[in-house]
Amino acid sequence: MSAPSTAITLANLATHYPALQIVLPLVTAPLVVLLRGTRLVWLIAFAVTLACLGIAVDLYAQVLQQGEISYAMGGWAPPVGIEYRVDRFNGLMLILICAIAAVVLPFARTSVEKEVADNRLSLFWAAWLLCFTGLLGIVITGDAFNVFVFLEVSSLSTYALIACARDRRALTSAFQYLIMGTIGATFILIGIGLLYMLTGTLNMADLAERLPAVTQARTLNAAFGFIVVGCSLKLALFPLHLWMPNAYAFAPSAVTAFIAATATKVSIYVMLRFFYTVFGAEFSFGSMPLGEVLMTLSIIAMFSGSLVAIYERNVKRMLAYSSVAQIGYITLGISLATTSGLAAGMLHLINHAMIKAGLFMAMGAVVYRLGSCRLDQLSGLGKQMPWTMAAFVAGGLSLIGVPLTTGFVSKWHLASAGFGAGLPLVPVAILASSLLAVIYVWKVIETAYLRAPLENATPVKEAPISLLIPMWIMVAANFGFGIQGTVIWQAVQQAAVQLTGGV
Amino acid sequence: MAMLEHPILLAMLIPLVGGLLILITGNRPNLREAVTLVTATTLFWNVFGIYQAWQAGTALELSLFDTVTGIPIAFKVEPLGMLFALIASFLWIVTSLYAIGYMRGHHEKNQTRFYFFFAVAIASVMGLTFSGNLLTLFIFYEVLTLSTFPLVTHAGTDAARKGGRTYLGILLGTSIAFFLLALIATWAISGTLDFTAGGILPEGIPAPLVALLYGLFLFGVGKAALMPFHRWLPAAMVAPTPVSALLHAVAVVKAGVFSVLKITVYIFGIESLQSGQASQWMLYVAGATVLLASLIAMTKDNLKARLAYSTVSQLAYIVMGAALAHQLGIIGGAMHIATHAFGKITLFFAAGAIMVASHKTEISQMRGLGRAMPFTFGAMLIGCLSIIGLPPMGGTWSKWYLVMATVDTEQWIMLGILLVSSLLNIAYLLPIPVRAFYGGTTSSNPSTGIKEAPVFCLIAMGISASGCLLLFFYPQPLYELVSALFPG
Amino acid sequence: MNWIEHYNYWMVILLMMLGFYTIIARGNLVKKIIGLNIFQTSVFILFISMGKIPGGVAPILRDDPTTVYSNPLPHVLILTAIVVGVATTALALALVVRINEAYGTIEEDDIHDLDTGSL
Repeated sequence: MSAPSTAITLANLATHYPALQIVLPLVTAPLVVLLRGTRLVWLIAFAVTLACLGIAVDLYAQVLQQGEISYAMGGWAPPVGIEYRVDRFNGLMLILICAIAAVVLPFARTSVEKEVADNRLSLFWAAWLLCFTGLLGIVITGDAFNVFVFLEVSSLSTYALIACARDRRALTSAFQYLIMGTIGATFILIGIGLLYMLTGTLNMADLAERLPAVTQARTLNAAFGFIVVGCSLKLALFPLHLWMPNAYAFAPSAVTAFIAATATKVSIYVMLRFFYTVFGAEFSFGSMPLGEVLMTLSIIAMFSGSLVAIYERNVKRMLAYSSVAQIGYITLGISLATTSGLAAGMLHLINHAMIKAGLFMAMGAVVYRLGSCRLDQLSGLGKQMPWTMAAFVAGGLSLIGVPLTTGFVSKWHLASAGFGAGLPLVPVAILASSLLAVIYVWKVIETAYLRAPLENATPVKEAPISLLIPMWIMVAANFGFGIQGTVIWQAVQQAAVQLTGGV
Repeated sequence: MAMLEHPILLAMLIPLVGGLLILITGNRPNLREAVTLVTATTLFWNVFGIYQAWQAGTALELSLFDTVTGIPIAFKVEPLGMLFALIASFLWIVTSLYAIGYMRGHHEKNQTRFYFFFAVAIASVMGLTFSGNLLTLFIFYEVLTLSTFPLVTHAGTDAARKGGRTYLGILLGTSIAFFLLALIATWAISGTLDFTAGGILPEGIPAPLVALLYGLFLFGVGKAALMPFHRWLPAAMVAPTPVSALLHAVAVVKAGVFSVLKITVYIFGIESLQSGQASQWMLYVAGATVLLASLIAMTKDNLKARLAYSTVSQLAYIVMGAALAHQLGIIGGAMHIATHAFGKITLFFAAGAIMVASHKTEISQMRGLGRAMPFTFGAMLIGCLSIIGLPPMGGTWSKWYLVMATVDTEQWIMLGILLVSSLLNIAYLLPIPVRAFYGGTTSSNPSTGIKEAPVFCLIAMGISASGCLLLFFYPQPLYELVSALFPG
Repeated sequence: MNWIEHYNYWMVILLMMLGFYTIIARGNLVKKIIGLNIFQTSVFILFISMGKIPGGVAPILRDDPTTVYSNPLPHVLILTAIVVGVATTALALALVVRINEAYGTIEEDDIHDLDTGSL
């Protein structure tokens, strides 16, 4: 593809969408800090998010019509310049991130009023936009070093966002996350550095072309190892998940809903991009024992995460541990090293984002009213906050994988992929660990509906409508895409075929 | 909108719309109950219309969108489902009548919620009966579990919470861990889940694998209450009696054995099961359940608990009929769905009527009560005889076919179990009404001042008890319906 | 073995391990940050040393076509990485300041005790 002209005019605006996708939220962030007025700030942030969503949808539509989009940043043609590249996989990821952001933002506006100090609000929105920028940047870029930069942009702003919460434990959680996250990012940087040493290029497509000719196996293996470990830290793969529960539990609820649905997912994207596009499936799963290691860790994650979740008394932490388990499902699908396994992993990646965003928003509404989400304080909440708790039940059913929800569609395809790969124990593990999800989800439901309110508890009202609408949009998505389960599946299947080299 | 008028879809929509109307009219109990009755009657009328159309040879099928690629939500009318739909929708009317008397006589709270979830449960039963493939059946199976959970925990007490936990834990647990696993495995093996006469499993699958798969299905359908996954049924008895009557004697448990029969006939195919002996081990499980449950029932003094274990035992009859993998076994099992439904619902109605009228729940307290409540205990006697399988009650026929099936397949152990179990049935069921009529009242349990149950309850009992009699004298329509499973 | 020739890598590994050890072993949050810095610096050195070409000169274009230049790209990359590193350090220090305000200590063990005590 030829590089489009660098001058941006209204006429060729659409050709610059890949750049605008990033630039728009990026330049809005400092603007937000300058403006200060919180009402206007939120409106701008929301408008930008919606614009980004529109761009993402348009980009994906373009990809569907014309195939991959390659955009040369600043007019410098790749591989020398930085290339933005959109294909069926990251096109979907862009939509996912933007859509989640667009749904969570209205929720966040009301929710953060209680959880973030007023004088920090404009900074909070700036950090939010930067985080959003970073996530989109990681996904859209076709340049390995650029991945690192955006990874740090999103991570640094996430640390700041977590630390915005009023609970002092948010500070220590953010610090812990910062240490672990920086180590992870640095590992990825080392890996990228080694790759550059071997090939002299940083462009992913170019790397993919040159790597097969590389003869220094040891350096290549080391690069692979560093990148895998770095990504695993960022995506909270067992046993590198220790930063996550506290970070999710003490962050402002809206932040939790947003990053739980996007940040770890984007790290999985990075890992897949390196596995398939850069190193190639043959190297990743053939020469390296990646499939076996990943599968073992995933299965342990599925069970240990769920088991810890069962005994957790704080519902946000419970959901965080559940995320450890659910990420296990995603990586389990990937570890099968088949196209259908990969597609099933991607499917669960998207579905889990919808499930957890909905659940964390429901808990955010509880925190908004109760100021806490300890399990025993939820007693009798089913009557006091019927819509919020009904949303939690609906999300919980999807998490368990009850038919007609997205969770069921995911589990179906994951289990089928397991049979398809000739590993009948994989579906057994998937379904057995879902039983654990039944237990912890039902603990919450039982407390909320079948226990009388605590005696000294003051009755609370239903959450405001501005919290309920976003929550129920997510619930509707869970059921909509669960009933029409083929929509996302077909999209990820095509993405998986493209990623595995059936270009 | 033409599709919405499809009778199969209507069968699901009528109770759902009825449920919504119940929610709307919740503040006015009389109107709400009228809505329930009208809905139930409309539903039966609709199902009967489907029956007539089916008899006239109209093939009723409906295929909606795919939920999972390649497997649509599909519906199809076939004999087993037709039978089950007729029974469930008819007994819903009867139970609604009964519930009005019971719920008011018992001053239950949250009655609107009760009627609403009841209607949702019926809607999912309708979806289940007409399902055209295994995935559709599974979906409605799960919806049924979830929609009955609020009914089981209706009382909101500690006991209800505990019962609900067992109920959901076992039903959801077995369905996810075994049923879904077997479902996906079947999909992986045969590439289809459509209910097809003769089965869908391709030739050449090793017999142990088929046996394993069959076991996974039968244990996975936890609603069939095969031991050791039967605990949910006694646990569910904490629910109000109309729930126990319709759902835990008819709709939910029959949904379980119905699924077992469907899977046996349309997924495995009885010929291939018979030739591979793949269902033999499940036959032993079913036989053991028949005997053990009867033995446990004898030890229970609480009437509903005894009836629950009796249900566990009777359900295993049907599973045995399926696992015999013989035409007569399937026919007997399917007929037993109908005859046991009428018999057991009568017994539960009687149990609830006794509770409402005299607040007695233990069998030992019911001595001499028959003189105060002759009609209730008379109905109970009819129900008991039908369950035992004595003429002139409908239960005779289904047991007869089951016995014939064991003879034809030369399963002598099973024959023995059936006979011993009938004796056990006599031992634990018959003394209840007999002692109520002939036993002297004990001084600690004065039955003075106890009157007959509310009139709505009595009407309901009258209908279901006459059903037991009717099924003995006119079994022909039932037999014809079921034997249509095996043309020629 | 030519391990002497690769002494830059050995130094990188040494620094990396030092930094890593400090992060894990030290309970003082500021010392953890210092460890993190050492850890990151080792990676910077890895990149910069790979840009060195024996006999190469600073990459400023000359007329002489035979001139051998050092590779400038790693330097540019590392400039970015250093900026990121500085930002990380600044953020981490800001967090430590606020932790000190909230807890009155920056020792990990004390914070842990305070948190479990307050639960």
